[in-house]
Amino acid sequence: MSPPGIVIENLGLCYAGESIFENLNLSLPAGRFSVLLGPSGVGKTSLLRIIAGLEAPAEGSVRAQDGAKLAGRVAYMAQQDLLLPWAGALDNVMLGAALRGERRDPRRAEALLQRVGLGHRMRALPATLSGGERQRVALARTLYEDRPVVLMDEPFSALDAISRARIQDLAAELLAGRTVLLITHDPLEACRLGHSLSVLAGSPATLAAPLAVPGPPPRAPDDDAVLHMQGELLRRLAALSPA
Amino acid sequence: MIRPLVTLAVFVAAWWAVAAWGGVPPYMLPSPQAVGAALWTQRDYLATNAAVTLAEIGIGLSGGALLGAMAALAVAASPILQRWLLPVLVLSQAIPVFALAPLAVLWLGFGLTSKVAMAMLVIFFPVTANFLDGLRRTEPGWLDLARTMNAKPVYVLLRLRLPSALPALASGLRVAAAVAPIGAILGEWVGASSGLGYVMLNANARIQPDLMFAALVLLMTIAIGMYVAVDKALRRLLRWAPGG
Repeated sequence: MSPPGIVIENLGLCYAGESIFENLNLSLPAGRFSVLLGPSGVGKTSLLRIIAGLEAPAEGSVRAQDGAKLAGRVAYMAQQDLLLPWAGALDNVMLGAALRGERRDPRRAEALLQRVGLGHRMRALPATLSGGERQRVALARTLYEDRPVVLMDEPFSALDAISRARIQDLAAELLAGRTVLLITHDPLEACRLGHSLSVLAGSPATLAAPLAVPGPPPRAPDDDAVLHMQGELLRRLAALSPA
Repeated sequence: MIRPLVTLAVFVAAWWAVAAWGGVPPYMLPSPQAVGAALWTQRDYLATNAAVTLAEIGIGLSGGALLGAMAALAVAASPILQRWLLPVLVLSQAIPVFALAPLAVLWLGFGLTSKVAMAMLVIFFPVTANFLDGLRRTEPGWLDLARTMNAKPVYVLLRLRLPSALPALASGLRVAAAVAPIGAILGEWVGASSGLGYVMLNANARIQPDLMFAALVLLMTIAIGMYVAVDKALRRLLRWAPGG
């Protein structure tokens, strides 16, 4: 499974006659963690949904660099954990197999739950888990799909600072080597996890040239490069939002 | 549990007071003692007929719930059925089910079948409507997730939409449990040779209000018991659902 790079060309999207973005170009390097930031409502989620194949663009294209189809090679992690409330953690991890009618692999699911630190809560119903634990189950479910491309829409934004830092470490470790696009509001999260950071802003929205962060993720929160880049990002984001 | 019992006791006391001093003749309102006595002396007769009504309600409830659930699933699974069957299902609600009772007896006879059919008719729609509503209101995020997982539609229906619609189906079943006795009794009133509805009609004709009230008390007990049993079972099965 060598992950493909993704090329987004001349992408345009309209909602109710209003142009959300037009002529958007972005490339997600193969096997790298790309991060997308920007003000609320600017179209980040729409962009992610188009890449995931959940929405059709008005114009333009999203394709994999290796020429093969992208459909079926993408795993998606949303802001809500989207766990099924009637199913235990283990069954939630294996949801994809159940929905495709494939034979489920409880061994692998158990190993993944162990990896995210929930080996002791295999049968727990989502309602009995904390927010952080639920997102870890969702991460294990994403990993169970074993797709080379992973799209994440603010998956950690509802968590407290400590849970968030822990799951960021886990995500960086477990998703290493895949082509990842992460949407976030959190400059620190972006700087800890991203190889390259892009800011989407304006109406219709445009992308500024991506910023590269040196060093392998996850970076320590007090890493010099992280602190420097976080300052730079905050300045850029502040310049974009009206006072 | 205490409060409903106190309310019930106050109600019986008021009934007793009205019957004793209200100047109401006993052929219109028998006293609680008279009804209690009828319950005791006619216990074999009442029990036999209560068993008949209970069977009608029980079979009607299971059959109607099963048919209703299957209809909802079929409509949810097939856009063609949705176009052809759904308008008919909704229109069928404009027919007063009560008006069909004589037909049911004409076609299905005086026995159990016509009463079961009536109970099923009353139950069918609330079950179908509630369940279908639940099947159509699956959390959109789950459906997105399923799409990115290359899910097969049949498994999305059976493993995602169906379980997530179970709380809605449960609401339908609760309504069904509450209205099922109406269907059965209606069928008995139109034509029957046994059952509590038959006992009530007979007692009324023979001016035996105490027996009529006794049958009514039994019928209420059955209806409440049925509702509580269904409600308890559903709560137990759907422990994961908020407010189950």
